[in-house]
Amino acid sequence: MTTTNEAQPRGPAEFERRLAESDAAVAAFDEEQPSLLQRFRHFLHAHPTVVPFLVLVLGIALFASLVGGRFFHPFNMSLILQQVTIIGVLGIAQTLIILTAGIDLSVGAIMILSSVVMGRLAVYVGLPVEIAFLIGLVVGLACGMLNGLLVTRLKLPPFIVTLGTWSIFGALNLWYSASATIRQQEIAATAPFLQWTGTALQFGAARLTYGSILMIVLAALVWYLLNRTAFGRHVYATGDDPEAARLAGIDTGRTLLAVYAIAGALCAVAGWVLIGRVGAVSPLSGQTANLDSITAVVIGGTSLFGGRGSIVGTLVGALIVGVFRNGLALSGVDVLWQEFAVGVLIIVAVAIDQWLRKVAQ
Amino acid sequence: MSETPVLEARSLVKRYGRVVALDHADFELRRNEILAVIGDNGAGKSTLIKALAGAVKPDAGEILLDGQPVQFRSPMDARDAGIETVFQNLALSPALSIADNMFLGRERKRKDILGRYLGLLDRKTMRDEARQRLSELGLMTIQNIGQLVETLSGGQRQGVAIARAAAFGSKLVIMDEPTAALGVKESRKVLELMLDVKRRGLPIVLISHNMPHVFEVADRIHIHRLGRRIAVINPKDYSMSDAVAIMTGAMRPPEAMAA
Repeated sequence: MTTTNEAQPRGPAEFERRLAESDAAVAAFDEEQPSLLQRFRHFLHAHPTVVPFLVLVLGIALFASLVGGRFFHPFNMSLILQQVTIIGVLGIAQTLIILTAGIDLSVGAIMILSSVVMGRLAVYVGLPVEIAFLIGLVVGLACGMLNGLLVTRLKLPPFIVTLGTWSIFGALNLWYSASATIRQQEIAATAPFLQWTGTALQFGAARLTYGSILMIVLAALVWYLLNRTAFGRHVYATGDDPEAARLAGIDTGRTLLAVYAIAGALCAVAGWVLIGRVGAVSPLSGQTANLDSITAVVIGGTSLFGGRGSIVGTLVGALIVGVFRNGLALSGVDVLWQEFAVGVLIIVAVAIDQWLRKVAQ
Repeated sequence: MSETPVLEARSLVKRYGRVVALDHADFELRRNEILAVIGDNGAGKSTLIKALAGAVKPDAGEILLDGQPVQFRSPMDARDAGIETVFQNLALSPALSIADNMFLGRERKRKDILGRYLGLLDRKTMRDEARQRLSELGLMTIQNIGQLVETLSGGQRQGVAIARAAAFGSKLVIMDEPTAALGVKESRKVLELMLDVKRRGLPIVLISHNMPHVFEVADRIHIHRLGRRIAVINPKDYSMSDAVAIMTGAMRPPEAMAA
C-alpha cells in the first residue's frame, strides 16, 4: 500500500551539489570601489544629523558674509536662541510623536491651553503659583493622553485625531480664557514665577534666558530617554515597523500612549516658556507654532515615516529656521521671502531624506 | 516513547465562526529532533502553530510543555515559557542595530543605581552577548554588531532572527517558512544553522512548503490535513511524492500513524 523508498538521500539535493564549486563567499557584496558620491551617501545615511549641521554652518557662513558683524554680534546670536526656544521645546515633543510615524497637529493648542490655565489659576483664582503651574502641566499631560488613547484604543490615524483635538483644545482655550489676555503687569504682581523662563543670565550683550537653558535640559533628558533606555528603543522600533515590534514582544499600545502623554506634558512646559517670552498670557499667541514645530523636526532630518531621527537634529532644525529668518531680516529682505526660504528648506530636507532612504534598498 | 515529549498538544479545537480550523488536532515534538509540519493551504497548520506559540487561544484541547499543562494567553506567555518563534516576517526592526534587535523587548539594564532608577541600558553586555551568540552560529561574517539591520542581506537577517531565537529559547524554536524568501545559497546556510541549533540541544518545529528542505533536515514529518494530524512519517521511509500524496488526500495515510 505504501511505497517504501530506498533510504532517502540525505544532505544537499542534486542541484545544490554544484554549490561546492561556486564562489564560497556567502552573499558577497559588490566589491567595486563605491564612487565618492555613494560613499558620501552611505556616510550621511549612517549619520543623519550631519546634513542639518552642515546646513546650519553654511547658513551662518552665508549671513555672516552678507550681513557681517551685526549678525555675529552676541546680542543677535542670543536673540536667535530666544526666538527658537518655544519651537525648540515643542519640537522635542513633536520629535517623539513623529518617531512613532505619527504627527501631532495639536501641540500648539495644548501649549496655549496650558499657559492659559496656569495664568488664570494663579492670577484670577488666586491659587499658589506652584500649584497653578502643576495643574497646567497636568492639563497638558491629559491632553496628550487623550490624543494617545484615541490613537491606540480607537485606532484612528494620528493626523485625524490631532486635527480634531486641535480644534477642541482651541475652543476650550477660548472658552476658558474668555478670549481675554492676562496682562504682563498682573502676572508680574501676583505670579512672577510664570515669567521666570523669560529672565536671563547676562553675558555682556548676550542674554541667555532660563527658558533656553530649560530647552537644552529637556532635550538632554529626552535624548537620554530615547538612546539609553529600553523605552527609547521601543519608540524607535514601534515607529519603524509596529507589527515587527509587537511580535518582538513590545507593548506598542503602551509605548504610543506614553509618547503622546510625555509630548503633552512637554507642550505644557512650552506654555510656561511662552509666558516667559511674551510676558503676558494671550489665548491668541503662538498661532503658527504647530506647523513650525513640524518644520523644525523635518529640517532636523527626522523621517515622517517613523523610526529615524534625533532630538539633536530637531534643535539644529529649529536653529536653522531661526538663523534664516533672522539673517534675512537683517539683510533687509521682506518677511514674505523668509517664508519662501523656510518652504524651500522643508522640501529640500524631505528630498534628502528620501534620497538617503534609497541606500537601504 | 518513554520520554516525555518537549511539547505536546491533545485534541486541539479552534473554530472561526462555522469554519473549523483545528478539528481535534494532536501534536508531538520530541527531544533533539527537527519536526517538520507540512500541509496544504487551509489545512490549519498556521492555526496549529499559532496555538502552540500563544498567538491563538484554542477553544478546546490541551497543550503540555515538558508534560505540564500550560495555557498561553499571548505570544509573551509562550516566550516566557521558553518557546521562541522565528516569524516569517522575522520581527526585526530595520532601523535598529543588530545588537538592539537581538535584545528587543528584553533589554538588559545596568545592575547599578543608574540602571535601577534611571533605566540605563547595559549596552556593553548586550553587544558582547549578541556578538558571542552570532559567532557561536558562525555568523560573525557580520563585521559590526552596531550595524543597522537594514544594511544586511535577507540571509543575514534570517541569521540574526534565528540567533535571537536560539539565544532565548530554552525549550524549543518554531520556524515559519525560514527559507521561503531566500536564494539557493542563503537557504543552504539557513538549513545548516537549523542543524546547528538542533546539535546544541534545542528541538525545532519547522513549517515549510519546500519539500527538498523538509526532507533534508527533518527527523519526522507531521502531515496536517483538514484541521488534524493525519500522519507522522519518517522521511527515510517515504518519498516526497508520497508525502505530498498523503497531504493532499491522494494516498491513504499509513494505518499505524493515522491519528
